[in-house]
Amino acid sequence: MHDTSLPTLKPKDFASDQDVRWCPGCGDYAVLKAVQNALPNLRRKKEDFVFVSGIGCAARFPYYMNTYGMHSIHGRAPAFAAGIKLANPDLQVWIVSGDGDLLSIGGNHTLHTMRRNMDVKILLLNNRIYGLTKGQYSPTSEFGKRTKSTPYGSVDYPVNPLSLAIGAGCTFVARCIDIDVKAIEALMLRAAAHRGTALIEVYQDCNIFNHEAWFYASQKAGRAEHTTQLEHGKPIVFGAERDKGLRFNGHRIEVVQLGNGVTESDLLVHDETDRGLAFLLAQLQHPAFPEPMGVIYANEDRDTYEHLAARQLQEAVGDGEPDLKTLLDDGETWVVR
Amino acid sequence: MSAPTTASHRPTEAALEAVSIRFCGDSGDGMQLTGGQFTNTSALFGNDIATFPDFPAEIRAPRGTTYGVSAFQVQFASSEIYTPGDAVNALVAMNPAGLKTNIRDVEPGGIVIVNDDEFNAVNFKKCGYPDGVNPLDDEDFNRRYRVYRVPMSRLTRESLAEAGMGAKDVDRCRNMYALGLVYWLYERPIDATVRFLEEQFEQKRKRPELADLNIRALKAGYNFGETAEMFPVRFKVPPAKLAPGVYRKISGNEATALGFVVAAHKAGKRLTYASYPITPASDVLHTLASLKRFGVQTFQAEDEIAAVCAAIGAAYAGDFALTGSSGPGIALKGEAIGLAVMLELPIVIINVQRAGPATGMPTKTEQADLLQAMYGRASESPVAIVAPRSPADCFTMAIEAFRLAVRCMCPVIFLSDGYIANGAEPWLMPDLDAIEPITAVHPTANNNPEGNFLPYERNPSTLGRPWAIPGTPGLEHRVGGLEKQDGTGNVSYDPENHDHMVRTRAEKIQRAVEIVPPLEVRGPESGDALLLGWGGTYGAITTAGDRLRASGHKVSTAHLRYLNPMPANVEEVLRRFRRVIVPEINLGQLRRLIRDRFLIDAVGINEVRGTMFRVETLVERTLEIMGQKPASGAAGMEGA
Repeated sequence: MHDTSLPTLKPKDFASDQDVRWCPGCGDYAVLKAVQNALPNLRRKKEDFVFVSGIGCAARFPYYMNTYGMHSIHGRAPAFAAGIKLANPDLQVWIVSGDGDLLSIGGNHTLHTMRRNMDVKILLLNNRIYGLTKGQYSPTSEFGKRTKSTPYGSVDYPVNPLSLAIGAGCTFVARCIDIDVKAIEALMLRAAAHRGTALIEVYQDCNIFNHEAWFYASQKAGRAEHTTQLEHGKPIVFGAERDKGLRFNGHRIEVVQLGNGVTESDLLVHDETDRGLAFLLAQLQHPAFPEPMGVIYANEDRDTYEHLAARQLQEAVGDGEPDLKTLLDDGETWVVR
Repeated sequence: MSAPTTASHRPTEAALEAVSIRFCGDSGDGMQLTGGQFTNTSALFGNDIATFPDFPAEIRAPRGTTYGVSAFQVQFASSEIYTPGDAVNALVAMNPAGLKTNIRDVEPGGIVIVNDDEFNAVNFKKCGYPDGVNPLDDEDFNRRYRVYRVPMSRLTRESLAEAGMGAKDVDRCRNMYALGLVYWLYERPIDATVRFLEEQFEQKRKRPELADLNIRALKAGYNFGETAEMFPVRFKVPPAKLAPGVYRKISGNEATALGFVVAAHKAGKRLTYASYPITPASDVLHTLASLKRFGVQTFQAEDEIAAVCAAIGAAYAGDFALTGSSGPGIALKGEAIGLAVMLELPIVIINVQRAGPATGMPTKTEQADLLQAMYGRASESPVAIVAPRSPADCFTMAIEAFRLAVRCMCPVIFLSDGYIANGAEPWLMPDLDAIEPITAVHPTANNNPEGNFLPYERNPSTLGRPWAIPGTPGLEHRVGGLEKQDGTGNVSYDPENHDHMVRTRAEKIQRAVEIVPPLEVRGPESGDALLLGWGGTYGAITTAGDRLRASGHKVSTAHLRYLNPMPANVEEVLRRFRRVIVPEINLGQLRRLIRDRFLIDAVGINEVRGTMFRVETLVERTLEIMGQKPASGAAGMEGA
């Protein structure tokens, strides 16, 4: 992994020769750029990256990457990724897909990938809408959302991807927004270094069907008030003036105004290895709370599935070639002369 | 079998060519184990064997009910046999429910041994005999069969009384008591079962006292036969004259697992099996999971879809990737198999067919997924298909499946069925060195001097594409479900290209006919009728054909083990016969393919009863079709 003979790669080395066909202004462009920027810094050989996707706008991602890649079927990217890692645990596998793909039709595979702690990295591009099928509500769409398939408003409660991930046992859970290219790059570095499943939720703008979904977190005006950048070991502060913070009141989190005797030392200090805290933070939602950005949870307290599987296999095989003749002979043979 | 008339103290001995015996009882009575032990012993003794385990899907249905009956039939013979036998010559019934559900298959004059202690009012009620009626007292019943009422529960308890073990442990030895008695009756040695019991209880479970208890029961049953003077005749079935070599007993699912392990080794590849448990395919997963020492990787996925997708992912990254299921699971895998067709990656999908649709009858056999294998996916989505014809043949066809997959770079469906998966036969262990290696190459050099690697550049002869795997420098490429331009693999919506790709994906499978051996005919090369089959019906069809020829009919048989592509000579073979008859455990799926492809007016013999054809059914129906209907009942239809 820390091979000094690694060639120095540039972002453009990771761009394929295919024309990118997302709608102009789509948030996916920023993510693609961030990914292509980040990969040279991951210090891996180009041929060791595999990008796997399901179906949807975001799932076109692999075609635009000059790496190995698989554009698979709807919802199943994590299952294909599992097979790739089982066959070759040395590869670094990135799953890039949308909220419909990974949380609706593919929710089961996402859940079990995280539960097993497969060493795969998931970029969940969440635009809270179905884009490729032209504008139906998704499992992250807000309650009551009016779309083509819900003209009277949706009566579906949305799933919270980060809570789901933490509940499923995901060992690295983070969040960022598409316009923050630097944050995506930084989180990708962290995720790549993490041994185990890493989920990065990216708030992504579908400027055709759901353009205003993330305005509270993306527009200059409200961004600092509606999000908070987490830092491990630091008190959780937010606001344009950094004048507000999060504090425990009993076992609940509350927003407090700094000053009037309230100082940073009263605030909640982020500990990204604390799963309980991570769950509470994941539950903080706009508009009642600023939404946490950055690494919510990171803990390598569990081994990865493919490492455990490979070790079991290695121990069973032992040294030397197995004698196939002992495969056929079950110890109950007889001879016909 | 003729009933003996002497009444000497020593039983007379009768030599038989073949005996079909069935053990039946409650699903908790250990009938599968008992039948399995009888089979092992007979195989080690040198008989040819064929088995038919028949058990309910319920793990422990309420005791004593008919739906909780578990049965195991084995035919053992001094000549080559291909089926477990149409009619049962001897039935061992451990309870009234077993008798009730199985007696119809026993031949007139056949032996019926019952555990008399279980034939009581409580048990009669559980399985629906009318009040106050003991079927064993029925006069007709006693005229029709040779009935032996052995108080096995009591005798087992008495013979184990000194062991000082609990009643529950003692009662669980009844099956060994019955087995011992049957060993005596058919002059079988008990030592293989003694060894098995020692291994199971002493070595594996560290319960030597249970080994001792079971062995005592086994011996007590044997000695009962010897001393009770109940049986006037003992039967001898001498060893069969099989081809020389080293044999073992093998079931279809075991042979399937072993075949795929060998296939991977023959290519120098690692086998990865991704599966989700389903009856009757789970034993393949169990067997492969126990073979890690041969470098086999198994993955129990979260569902059927994940299993096939993981297999495709593993194939993309260079493993010999396998998934397995039964019909309902294959339906779930359909979309992903279509993707594998599009990606042009080699995977093998095992389908151990069972009776359907939907959950159907999970433990019962059927061969009604042939058209699903051929066509059960969206759009033009061809795959190669092989079908083993017997338990041991699963080994050979597993290797053939991967040979096709790698050559064509396509998914291959391996169509087994519940009958051969659970059935067992003696297996002449193959010379592994004599099995042709499988060539699986991963390119390391760019095939395009002008630019990027061409992942869909085709081998001009096979039309296969290069199997380049992640981790190879310079060959980075993307595969995906969108239609791709031939050569570059880039996304393409060009109509000409799509037409070309659809045809190419079909053509490369048809070209594999080069490595498919010709269809062989058993019997004369031409004649009045050809019985053409596929899959697990091989034994029944072959035996029916042999019998028809023995009685002077110009009937031959042939069995397709490659269904897509079919052997090159199929049409030519079929046209040499006046009639083509296709027996199938479905409503005519191969028949449809034959009629469609060759415009040959094939006639079907079709039954969908969850069980294998009886040989006599095939004989009678064939004669009927040929216009030579036997006089009613003359064909030897047996049983009630």
